[in-house]
Amino acid sequence: MAEPILECRGVSKHFGAVQALYKVDFEVRPGEVMALVGDNGAGKSTLIKGIAGIYPFDEGQVLFEGKPVKIHGPKDASKLGIEIVYQDLALADNLDVVANMFLGRERTQNRFIIDESSMEAAARETLAGLSVTTLQSVRQVVAGLSGGQRQSVAVAKAVMWNSKVVILDEPTAALGVAQTRQVLDLVRRMADQDLAVVIISHNLHDIFEVADRITSLRLGQAVDLFTTSEVTQQDVVHSITAGEMKFVPGMEKEGV
Amino acid sequence: MSTPSTDEVPSAAPKRKDPTTFAEYLQSWWLRVQSGDLGFLPIIVGLIIIIAIFGTLDSRYFSERNFTNLLLQMAPFATIAIGVVFVLLLAEIDLAVAFNSAVGGVIMTLLLRPDDPGLPWPVAIAIALAVTTFIGFVMAIVITKAGVPSFVVSLAFNLGLNGVVLILMLEFSNSGTIRIADETVKDISNAFLPDVWGWILGLAAVAAYGLSEAVKYRTRSSQGLPNKPFGILGLQFGGLALLILGAVWYANIDRGVPFVMVVLGFFLLFWSFVASRTRFGRHVYAVGGNPEAARRAGINVDRIRIIVFMIGGFMAGAGGIVLASRLQSVATNSGGGDLLLNVIAAAVIGGTSLFGGSGKVVSALLGALVIGAVASGMNLQNVNAGVKFVVTGLVLLAAVLIDALAKRRQAASGVR
Ligand SMILES: Nc1ncnc2c1ncn2[C@@H]1O[C@H](COP(=O)(O)OP(=O)(O)O)[C@@H](O)[C@H]1O
Ligand SMILES: [Mg+2]
Repeated sequence: MAEPILECRGVSKHFGAVQALYKVDFEVRPGEVMALVGDNGAGKSTLIKGIAGIYPFDEGQVLFEGKPVKIHGPKDASKLGIEIVYQDLALADNLDVVANMFLGRERTQNRFIIDESSMEAAARETLAGLSVTTLQSVRQVVAGLSGGQRQSVAVAKAVMWNSKVVILDEPTAALGVAQTRQVLDLVRRMADQDLAVVIISHNLHDIFEVADRITSLRLGQAVDLFTTSEVTQQDVVHSITAGEMKFVPGMEKEGV
Repeated sequence: MSTPSTDEVPSAAPKRKDPTTFAEYLQSWWLRVQSGDLGFLPIIVGLIIIIAIFGTLDSRYFSERNFTNLLLQMAPFATIAIGVVFVLLLAEIDLAVAFNSAVGGVIMTLLLRPDDPGLPWPVAIAIALAVTTFIGFVMAIVITKAGVPSFVVSLAFNLGLNGVVLILMLEFSNSGTIRIADETVKDISNAFLPDVWGWILGLAAVAAYGLSEAVKYRTRSSQGLPNKPFGILGLQFGGLALLILGAVWYANIDRGVPFVMVVLGFFLLFWSFVASRTRFGRHVYAVGGNPEAARRAGINVDRIRIIVFMIGGFMAGAGGIVLASRLQSVATNSGGGDLLLNVIAAAVIGGTSLFGGSGKVVSALLGALVIGAVASGMNLQNVNAGVKFVVTGLVLLAAVLIDALAKRRQAASGVR
């Protein structure tokens, strides 16, 4: 079994009086799909935003490839090879697929002039590598794409940057059955290419189909770490709603 | 696990590859049109209709003299409208362009006054452009740093700059008019190229287009990327060559190609290049399409806004100079009248969306041509200014409706 590529050790985060995360351990290995589950407000988004460096954790350590790292913003995260696909994909509707995949990181010939053909070639290669075949043309404007296609473009964008860890926040929440299928296939293929994939989802059915392991959060604490093949959906539901918390809420200050 | 994925969305139904034949290309183009990506189709159709109507009403409409006059008339509008296109691409508006252009014209004219200070024309023009660009910069600072909508800020500047023009004119002239005291500057909008030079520049433009397409073709095929079919490339090249060389030929029957077309042509090429081939241009479209996406992609959105309003100010100044040159003077009413209406209408009629993120620099030229073609046809009909306003207003309304409908069509064809 591979060593974890990304590991959080005892990370905490509070917003005012709200303890959004408390001493959470979390890890993901190359080539696996790690699901992150939990009720609304459990702290899932806070965990990935902390990893992305959108805000710092109050305490705890983040290790990347075994070494402690400080991530101060999305730029630092991308430099390490961590890419996040947020729930609202943030694609520019008026730009084509290639332009969106390279937005803000356009390849240029001499700092100013865009190198369209090399960008297009790279975009095609990435999409083909992920077997995204439903796109008519990479020069199609994103406004004309379906929800599943848009998600595919956002994921391909994340994968293209030599990323090692791709984090997806509720990638199927807004999709129909067939399009969810597309995205789940895509997630599986990413892991097969030895990427570490973290997927946040409320849909246990999806998770059981695609995830290798499951981390469940409850009220800001990591309550269980399952291997998907060894548990049932009931076990996970129980963990989400009534999992045993290691630290007693309200007792944090005294130390455990 | 990898069952072949299907898609329930009708618009994406057939899994077609990039079009490779002439017929396939036309077919995919038509599909794009149907899904609301109209490109220049409405404006070209509109221009043909306008020309047909006025040509039937009065055959003088087709005269060479009328054609060169049209070019002279629309050049200042098109020049200013280039800046307006950039501002509209951000889904912003600059209502101060007309009086900003007048500020440019007035400052240049004042600086050229003999011995007072009698600056050489390049210096006078440079200072005028610096001032109008700076005005755009100041507007942008207020808009970005104070977060006030550009509509309101530029409205205030519109009023203020109108005042500045009046103050300057009253301060420096008794008659309310100052004549331009420099032959070179007057030549900008009044001189014509010798026939030979008209041909040389026309051919050079056609050759440059052909060359850039050929280079693109080669790089694309060397990277294994699909190209447009030869038939389409030939048609596009032939069409453009016919248009440019036909215009040169027709203008040469009259006095020749107006020199101002060289100035306008340079601006159109330069700014088209900036918009479509540079990172900056790409980021302008991104900010106009989805500011949040642009921000997350690490684009400095405020910086883009500031530069765009500076481009708006610069092109306003340039257009003001071209207009002053045409009238050979500036006056208390410079920048007033229907100038603002005409330049914003030109950008919109030319196909630049008011919703931001879509439009091309050349739409400034196309829109100004439409407005000029309507105005010149009306003049031949001897209708009064009122009718002219009504008709121009209707054309603008049609353009805005087409934009809104196309937008709705696009939203419907993709599943959001
Ligand atoms: N920026 C913030 N400011 C204040 N409270 C926040 C902020 N972000 C999250 N929280 C709180 O932290 C807790 C965890 O939220 P979140 O991580 O978004 O949960 P999840 O994504 O699992 O639904 C919630 O109680 C939420 O209200
Ligand atoms: Mg969340």
